Amino acid sequence: MDKFWNSLADLDRRWLFALTFLAISIPLLTGIVLPQKVTPMVENVFNAIDELPSGTKILMPLDYDPSAEGELQPMADAFLRHAAQKNHKIYFMTIWPTGVAMIQRQVATLKKEYPEYVYGEDYVNLGYRPGYEGVIKLITSDLPKLYGADQQGTPVAKIPMMADIDNIKQFPLIVNVSAGDPGLKQWVQYAATPFDSIEIVGGTTGVQASTLYPYIPNQMIGMIAGIKPAAEYEKLMFEKYPEIEKRPNSNMANVFMTSQEVAHFMLIGIIILGNLVMWQTSGRRDQS
Amino acid sequence: MKQSNVVWIVVMLLAGAYLSWRAVSYQAGAVYVAPKIVVDADSGKSFTTWSKVPKVESNNLGVEISWPRTLGIWLSALFTLAIFSFLFGDNVFYKVAESIFVGSSAAYAMVVGFWSAFMGIFVAQLAPQFAQKTFMPGDDRTEPEWLMLIPLAMGIMFLWRLMPTGGWISRWPLAFFIAVFAGLRLVSHFEADFVVQIKSTILPLIVFAEDGSFDLRTSLWNSIMVLGTLCCLTYFFFSVEHTGVVGKISRVGIYLLMITFGVGFALTVMSRYSLLIGRMNFLLKDWLNLGASL
Repeated sequence: MDKFWNSLADLDRRWLFALTFLAISIPLLTGIVLPQKVTPMVENVFNAIDELPSGTKILMPLDYDPSAEGELQPMADAFLRHAAQKNHKIYFMTIWPTGVAMIQRQVATLKKEYPEYVYGEDYVNLGYRPGYEGVIKLITSDLPKLYGADQQGTPVAKIPMMADIDNIKQFPLIVNVSAGDPGLKQWVQYAATPFDSIEIVGGTTGVQASTLYPYIPNQMIGMIAGIKPAAEYEKLMFEKYPEIEKRPNSNMANVFMTSQEVAHFMLIGIIILGNLVMWQTSGRRDQS
Repeated sequence: MKQSNVVWIVVMLLAGAYLSWRAVSYQAGAVYVAPKIVVDADSGKSFTTWSKVPKVESNNLGVEISWPRTLGIWLSALFTLAIFSFLFGDNVFYKVAESIFVGSSAAYAMVVGFWSAFMGIFVAQLAPQFAQKTFMPGDDRTEPEWLMLIPLAMGIMFLWRLMPTGGWISRWPLAFFIAVFAGLRLVSHFEADFVVQIKSTILPLIVFAEDGSFDLRTSLWNSIMVLGTLCCLTYFFFSVEHTGVVGKISRVGIYLLMITFGVGFALTVMSRYSLLIGRMNFLLKDWLNLGASL
């Protein structure tokens, strides 16, 4: 028995990497989806978009980059599909230079899945502006001052859906997806907190979540933090709009979450086993 | 050579052989595109756009393989594997991939910044007619925004530090920006993270529902919020020695802080796994065409 515990104590860490690879790959390859229980916060975020009248103007700042894509793309896609399903007017923007590519990806999804959406009338890509939180501060009072043209260089005066936009206080809802600073925290600090008329929901990484929870519910309606609530959001969306589920990649968060759950079980098992190994071998090692 | 290293070399060689076989037999990473003729409403000119189609449609009329996109998938996959190779220790593949990632990210941010900020805001406002003739043909502004000369001057002052003498000039715009951001952050943090947070903690400990019945759940929740906040604040209150009742309260504060750190750590683990799953999904599906479609 001692030999068994000692062999575990000296286990090559690469076996754990291989185990992680299998734990993640098998659910991805099989497409198995484990059921999710929807939590009240995700329901609040869903309702914030769903209860708005059709055609409402939504500001969608996408402040993330490809390095956070694995975690944030499923929720960004879910927000987009939900907003488009409700025929909301979508205003894309970013305060991250690398966020431009993320917006382009969303625009491509919109063109493919919602061909009836017309650029300039139903959605617009305002692109990137430098200045970090200064951008948010400025557009709370004067949006055209900073956004004279869209991402393609078309003057906003020539974009129909920008005609009556003076500042972001005119948007009934901001839907932000962010991977760090500046991001959701700054949108709360500079837009949602000083102006009662601005409501915000967000999607963010798990790493950021614990610093953002205190803003709920007084300064932010709710938040999707990580892949788990994103999977819950997809579930709610599929229940209300079953046609979305048939679209390719529409249940990405659920598939990812299944991999995540298997990996978590594996991790918990490894932690317990590691402690057992330590408990079994520590006495003998001390003696030696 | 250690036995475990031999085992892993064999595993890696087998994986490499499988990838080579997969690449040849199943056209790993191949991206197929279909043409679409688009007519510009303003000019009447037509042009062709190419959009990605599933592999099952590869035999359809007009569908062809896109070599640039296929190359992109392969480069992306190989760079991902190069980064993963760090699990076996620092090596030249990891270093090359890391350097290219940092370099290309910086270059991308610089180009986007140049066209969005320098050309899109600064040049377009200071020289609108030039902008119309070159990169913003739709812009109908004619009068220059002379106020833009102020940021121009500050930009030049910023760059002055590169000159052999007079480097101190760059401190003036730097001081201006520090002051502006300090002012902005002071106000926003004070309001969002101090005043409103205090307000959010002032909660009724005994709550009655709309029908007049006692709301146990909300009462309990509010009590935990208020008492928990007080316990944590007590832990950071060093003007009184942490003994007796104060010591016990601060001890509860420590436990609550530990729970918070635990939650934060668990969320971080979940976050990192998500990123790994995202890359694995790319490798298995987009690159190797394996498994069930989402």
